[in-house]
Amino acid sequence: MQSQLPFYPEQASNFAPSVDSLMTFLILVSVFFSAAITAAIVIFFFKFHRKSKNEIGVPIHGDMRLEISWIVFPAFLALAMFGWGAVVYVDYRHPPQDTLDLYVIGKQWMWKIQQPNGRREINEMHVPVGRDVKLVLASEDVIHDFFVPAFRVKMDVVPGHYNTMWFRPTKAGHYHFFCSQYCGTNHAVMGGWVTVMEPSDYAAWLSGSTGEDVNPVVAGEKLFAEKACSTCHLSNGTGRAPSLNGVYGGTVRLADGSTVTADDAYIRESILDPPAKIVAGYQPLMPAFQGQLTEEQIMSLTAYIKSLQSQPVPATGAGVTVPGKR
Amino acid sequence: MSATMSTTPPQSPGYQLPKEHYLNATYGIRSWLLTTDHKRIALLYLASVTFFFFVGGIFATMIRIHLLTPQGYLVTPETYNKLFTMHGVAMIFFFLIPSIPAVLGNFLIPLMIGAKDVAFPKLNLLSWYIYITGGCFVLYSFATGGLDTGWTFYTPLSSVYSNSAVTPAILGIFINGFSSILTGLNFVVTIHTMRAPGMTWFRLPLFVWAQYSTSIIFILGTPVIAITLLLAGLERMFHLGFFNPALGGDPILFQHLFWFYSHPAVYIMILPAMGVVSEIIPTFARKPIFGYTFIAASSIAIAVIGFFVWAHHMFLTGESTYAALAFSLLSYLVAIPSAVKVFNWTSTLYKGSISYDTPMLYALGFIGLFLIGGLTGLFLACLGLDIHIHDTYFVVAHFHYIMVGGAVMGYVGGLHFWWPKITGKIYPEFLARLAAVILFIGFNLTFFPQFILGYLGMPRRYHDYPPEFQVLNVMSTAGASILALGYLLPMLYLTWSMRYGKVAGPNPWPATGLEWRTPSPPPTENFEVTPVVNWEPYDYKNRPDLGLATPTAPTLAPAHGDD
Repeated sequence: MQSQLPFYPEQASNFAPSVDSLMTFLILVSVFFSAAITAAIVIFFFKFHRKSKNEIGVPIHGDMRLEISWIVFPAFLALAMFGWGAVVYVDYRHPPQDTLDLYVIGKQWMWKIQQPNGRREINEMHVPVGRDVKLVLASEDVIHDFFVPAFRVKMDVVPGHYNTMWFRPTKAGHYHFFCSQYCGTNHAVMGGWVTVMEPSDYAAWLSGSTGEDVNPVVAGEKLFAEKACSTCHLSNGTGRAPSLNGVYGGTVRLADGSTVTADDAYIRESILDPPAKIVAGYQPLMPAFQGQLTEEQIMSLTAYIKSLQSQPVPATGAGVTVPGKR
Repeated sequence: MSATMSTTPPQSPGYQLPKEHYLNATYGIRSWLLTTDHKRIALLYLASVTFFFFVGGIFATMIRIHLLTPQGYLVTPETYNKLFTMHGVAMIFFFLIPSIPAVLGNFLIPLMIGAKDVAFPKLNLLSWYIYITGGCFVLYSFATGGLDTGWTFYTPLSSVYSNSAVTPAILGIFINGFSSILTGLNFVVTIHTMRAPGMTWFRLPLFVWAQYSTSIIFILGTPVIAITLLLAGLERMFHLGFFNPALGGDPILFQHLFWFYSHPAVYIMILPAMGVVSEIIPTFARKPIFGYTFIAASSIAIAVIGFFVWAHHMFLTGESTYAALAFSLLSYLVAIPSAVKVFNWTSTLYKGSISYDTPMLYALGFIGLFLIGGLTGLFLACLGLDIHIHDTYFVVAHFHYIMVGGAVMGYVGGLHFWWPKITGKIYPEFLARLAAVILFIGFNLTFFPQFILGYLGMPRRYHDYPPEFQVLNVMSTAGASILALGYLLPMLYLTWSMRYGKVAGPNPWPATGLEWRTPSPPPTENFEVTPVVNWEPYDYKNRPDLGLATPTAPTLAPAHGDD
C-alpha cells in the first residue's frame, strides 16, 4: 500500500499510472525551465553587478532569432503536453462497453450509492478489482464532486444533469473518497471510503444484501404503474406513446428529424421535460414530472426501462420517449 | 535629451522638497474627498485597498490558524466557510483588481505620458466613490451574517441554498464593477488622446501598455460578471429560474458566464504587475529592455487570448469533450506570451549594470514566483492531469503563486519603486530589502507545500482534513506567519518614511521615464511645461541629463567587482 514516489498518492486504478506519468513529464519540463531561468538570473545578478556608481549597462535591444526560438520551442512542448493530456482525458470521458454500473446520488451532505442489484450504501462504495466500473452521478440539491485520489478520478455531480465517470480498480484496499466541489456547511466531511475487493469477495458481499434493499428494477416497475406510465407506453407499441422495450442504449429518431442515443441522461430528460425531445410519429402528450420525482425514483425508472430489452422497437420509427403531453 | 524641463543632477545631495506640490497645494478633508487630481485619487485608492487587504489578511490568518490541526478548533464549519469566502471576495474584488490599476495606474499613467491628468478627472473621482459604495455593501454583508458561497458564487448554492447574506454582497460586487469599467474607459481614452508630443505608441513605457491591455479587459469583461451576479441575485430574491434546475435553469450556464469574466480577471491582476516589472528591470539594470515590441505585444495577446480560455475551469462539469479539447489548447496558447515576457526580462539582465535596490529584489522575486505559478498553470490546463488536481490544494497553490507571488509582489515592488515620486521621500533601504527577502521566503513556505497537498488529494475549502495531511498544513501555517510579518514591515516603514524619510529628489534611481522629469512629489498639474519626448524608452546611453557615465567600450570588466 505505498506509492512508488514520495509525493504521489497510492495508485489503485487504471488511470493512476497514466496521470502520474503525465505529472512526472510536466514536473521535468517545469524543473528544466525553472532551473534554466533561475540559473540565468542568479549568474547575471552577480556577474553583471554594478561596479561603479555611475555605470550603465550595454544597450542591447533584442534579438529576433532568440525571440522566435523562445516562441517556437515552448510551443512544441506545450503541444506535447496538450496532446498527451488529451489522450488520457478522452479515454476517461468515454467509458468502455460492459461496465458495472453504480448509481451515485450526492445531497447535502452525504453520498447515496446503489449497486446494480439494489444494495444501498451511504458514504461507502464496494467495487471488485479488475472490473470496469461506471458511476452515474446525480445531485439532489447543489453541485458536488465525487473524487477518489487513489484512482486519480473525479467528476462534478450537477443538479439537473447526469454525469458519468469510470475507472478500473487495480488493487484491493480501502481508499478515501471526497466531495471536491464546495457544497455548503459540511462540504469537508462529505466523504467516505471505497472498498476494492477481490471479485469473489465482492460477489459474496453483494449477495449479503439486507432485506430492506429493493431491487431498482422492481421499484421502477412499481413506479411505472403508480405514475400511470403504463397506460400509454404499451409494450406492443400500440399505445399513445412509444413502447419502451429495447429502447435503452439504442438510437431514437425524433420528430424534428434528428436522432439521439437513449442513454440515462436522455431518459431522465424525457421523464422530467418530455417536450424537449419528441419521438417521431408521436404527439407531445406526456405531462412533465419535473419536481415530482426524486433522483432515486428516476434512477429506479431508468433501471426498469433498461431491463425491458426483450422485444424489438416497433417500426413506427422510434423508440423511447416517455412521450409528450400537453 | 531634449528636455523641456531642467532637472538637477540626480545624485547630488541635499535635495529640498519642492515648495508647492500636489500634497500641500490645498488643505482640508474636502480638498481630498472632492479632488479631481489623479494623484490624490490614487492615494484615496491606496488607503482603501490597503484597508481591504487588511480585512482579507485577517481572514487568511484565521484560516491558516484553523488548519493547524486536522479537526480545526478555532472556528465552526459555518464560520470557516465564511472566512475563506470573505477572504476571496475582499482580496479579489476589492484589493487585487483595483490595486495596481487604480493606485499606481492612476498615479502614473498621466505622468508617464506627459499629461496633466486623466481624460475624465471627475469620472475618475466618481469611480472611487462607486468603489467605496460597493465596498460598503460587501462590508455590510460581512457584518450581517457573512457570506459562505465561495468567492465563485456557484449556483444553485448561492442562489437557493445558502443562508448567508448573499444579496448585499452580490449588489456590492455589481456596483463595484462600474468602478472598473469607468477606470478602464478613462485609461483607454487618456492613453489614446493625451500623450505628450513625441510620445509615440512605441515610446510608451511598458507599464502603460500593460495598463492599456488591462483596461480593455475591464471594459469588455466586467459587464458580464456584473450581469451574471445580478441574475443570480434575481434568482435568489424573486425565484426567477436562470440557474436553478428546479426552476428550469442550468447551473452550468452560471459557470460559463462567471468564468468568462473571472478568468480574464486573473490577467487584470497579473498584467499590471508585469508592467511594473518591465519598468523596474531596465531601471536597475540601466539598459534598454530586451525585446520591447515583444513585451508590449504579448500584453495585448494575453488580454485577447485570455478571453477564450474560460471553460478550462470546467473540464469536469460534464462539458463536451470537444469543448474541453479546444479550451485546453487555447489555454496552452496563452502561456506562450507569458513565457516570452519571462525570457525577455531575463535577457535584459545580460550585460546590465545591476543593483540590489529593493524594487529590483521584488522584480526578480516576481519572476521566480510567476514562473512557478505559470508553469503549474500548464499542469491544470493539461486535460488528463486536471482530472486529478482540479479543485484540490494544487489549484489553491497555483493561483496564489500568480495572484500573491505575482500580482502582490509586483504591487509592493511598484510601491517601493515609485514611493519617492509619490511622497518625495526615501524609505529605509536595509529594512526594505529585509522585508523583500522575508516575503519571498514566507510566501514559498506558505504555498509550496500546498502543491504537494493537492497532488496527494486534499480538496479545497476543507475545514476538516484527514490527519495524513497535517505536516504539510503546519508548514503552510508557519510560512503564513512569516508572510504576515513581511507585509507588516513595509506598512510600518513606508508610513514612517512619509514623515521622517530622507528627501528623494526628482529622480533618485535614476530612471528614464517622463514621470522622473518632474519634481517629487509632482506639482498638481504634473509638469510646469508640456514635455516633448525625443528619446527612445529605457535609453540610458543617450541621456546625459541622467548624470550617468556612457558605457566605456565593451563593459566586459571581470566579474565580481565591488562597487
